[in-house]
Amino acid sequence: MAAVIDVQGVSKQFKIHHERHQSLKERLLHPRSGSTEVFHALKGINFTVGQGETVGIVGQNGSGKSTLLKCICGVLKPTTGEIRLRGSLAALLELGAGFQTELSGRDNVYLYGAMLGFSKRMVDAIFDDVVAFSEIEQFIDTQVKFYSSGMYVRLAFAVAVNVDPDILVVDEVLAVGDERFQAKCVDRIRRFQEEGRTILLVTHNADQVRALCDRAVVLDSGDMIADGPTQESLRIFREHLFEDGIEHDATRLHDTISIDAVTTPSGSFEIRSGSGLHLDVSVSSKTAFSGNFVMEVFTRGGLLVSRSDAQGSPVNLVPGHNVIGIDMAQIPLLDGVYDINVGIVDHHGHTVIAWREQAASIQVTYDGREGGIVELGASIRQQ
Amino acid sequence: MSDAPSAGQRHRSLDDAPVRVVSARATLSTRLKNLWSRRELLLGLISSDIRIKYKNSTLGLFWSMLSPAFTLAVYFMVFSIFLKNGIPNFVIYLFSGLVVWNMFQNSINTATGVIVDRAALVKKVSFPREILALSNVGAAVVYFVVQLVVLVIFVAALGHAPAWRFLLILPFSFVALYLFTSALAIVMSAVNVYLRDMKHLMEVLLQLWFWLTPVVYSYENSIAPHLARHGLSALYFLNPVTLIVVTFQRVFYVSTVVHSTVTGQILHILPTWSFSKFLYLNLLLLGISVVLFVIAEAIFGRLEGNFESEL
Repeated sequence: MAAVIDVQGVSKQFKIHHERHQSLKERLLHPRSGSTEVFHALKGINFTVGQGETVGIVGQNGSGKSTLLKCICGVLKPTTGEIRLRGSLAALLELGAGFQTELSGRDNVYLYGAMLGFSKRMVDAIFDDVVAFSEIEQFIDTQVKFYSSGMYVRLAFAVAVNVDPDILVVDEVLAVGDERFQAKCVDRIRRFQEEGRTILLVTHNADQVRALCDRAVVLDSGDMIADGPTQESLRIFREHLFEDGIEHDATRLHDTISIDAVTTPSGSFEIRSGSGLHLDVSVSSKTAFSGNFVMEVFTRGGLLVSRSDAQGSPVNLVPGHNVIGIDMAQIPLLDGVYDINVGIVDHHGHTVIAWREQAASIQVTYDGREGGIVELGASIRQQ
Repeated sequence: MSDAPSAGQRHRSLDDAPVRVVSARATLSTRLKNLWSRRELLLGLISSDIRIKYKNSTLGLFWSMLSPAFTLAVYFMVFSIFLKNGIPNFVIYLFSGLVVWNMFQNSINTATGVIVDRAALVKKVSFPREILALSNVGAAVVYFVVQLVVLVIFVAALGHAPAWRFLLILPFSFVALYLFTSALAIVMSAVNVYLRDMKHLMEVLLQLWFWLTPVVYSYENSIAPHLARHGLSALYFLNPVTLIVVTFQRVFYVSTVVHSTVTGQILHILPTWSFSKFLYLNLLLLGISVVLFVIAEAIFGRLEGNFESEL
């Protein structure tokens, strides 16, 4: 399979001007002053994306993910290294950035199409689909300045996904529009996946990456710290994220508390749907600590089933070995494998002290007729 | 894609698709090729520029005529009536020079600030940035064409025959004007990102430039003949706009030597060059303009690299 996106040793440095002298007078008066600092936004990033892959780029704010995306789209030029692309690319960077507010929706569709590099003939062919997708038929000849922000974004999104790109680059834009439109966008992205198009998704929302991506690349202050299957990368992302948080913590709880293991009394993680489960979480601590305990349950597809905590009753860790029990009286989950993440956070939930992604996986078997994730026990009859 | 393709099917494999490379420095030929491939965007931007400008005005494109017409009337009154320069059919002389000058001035004035004005777009969407400057030049070309049509109608209405043979030179002259203007517009739009004064400086310089160009006075009345006596006439033509203005005047005004309407004396209005000299000079300027355009592209490519830290 051909590499559709090939990122080779890409670094990007920005000059940060501490004092900007942009007028001629200032430049003449202060030829040397105004210190500049070089900021390394990306440091030697390498990865390739094959045709048909959906790859997530995750990282905290300021990790360089948007810079990387802009380089891939060609908005920014890397300082060193190069990016090789095959096929047409449509970027949903900042939706509607290319819009001219004085022009009508119709004119803007053509102009935006041209900016994405598509000819008038190609835009003609998809114009009706764009309008239908954006759901603003009656306003298409209205000047864009009279659009609501939702309409604005919908139109831009509609152009970008309808111009038939080989590569679609999406940057945190799935958070726009109402829920129904969001679902429509996700649907369209899934169809793109089925059609074998290449999608690059940038977000700091791990749930979205889990739901859509086969693979994820994790960036941390300009370095690529992981590139692999979504679950694996997200584990690294989370753990790294929390480690960072701990480093900033003055109390230095780093390395003092760790989650060693999650076990069941029987040793088996296979349960029948509807039965209960008890988990023992072994935690070793070097100091006494009082905080909250968090558990998350995910499907293998990356869907969050449940997130729960100790509900205000703190866990009080003592130096040495601690066991925290989790009781689930009845698990109404249907057939499947579910991953469990556990962690210890401070009382406010701001700082994560220890975290374990996929600390355990439970296998649920279900004999009934219901499909999906959860058993609702619905009975259906005619009244 | 109204007919939803079924799952798994993709209309083409990308194995053979051409590779595009994003790297620190694109070669000049890549830049020019990119620019050419986005000509449709250029046309789109030109048409949106023009439409936005006259969107909410009732007279629309007519305004692009009205302002030059007013300038024309003022210069005519001042020079022909009050100052009595004695040039017969001075309106035609003035008009043919102003058409060229307006196009040049309009382009440079609007293009110099364009990258800064459209910073939001430049930082978000990928396209050759110089297209923004070129779209301003393109819009000025549209106004130029409108004015040229009016000039032709005007000349015809006065029953003033143009110099038919010299008409052949006009296309070369126009292309030279377009390329020279574009080159300057591209460089200025990039320089203005680093030195925001450039926009204001250019406005002042263009005024000076206007008076250095024989639009409202005759070529033979300028310092050019004095320079020619010392064999320095090339110096006067260092201003490329001069040659183009003089060519347009030669085509539409025709006469090189006239009798003053005031004193009856002989006035030398235009250089008395032969057709072949006009052609040669215009082709030379065209060649120089092509080179300048390529150099401008190279300069823009250099300056473009740091736009994001300056905008």
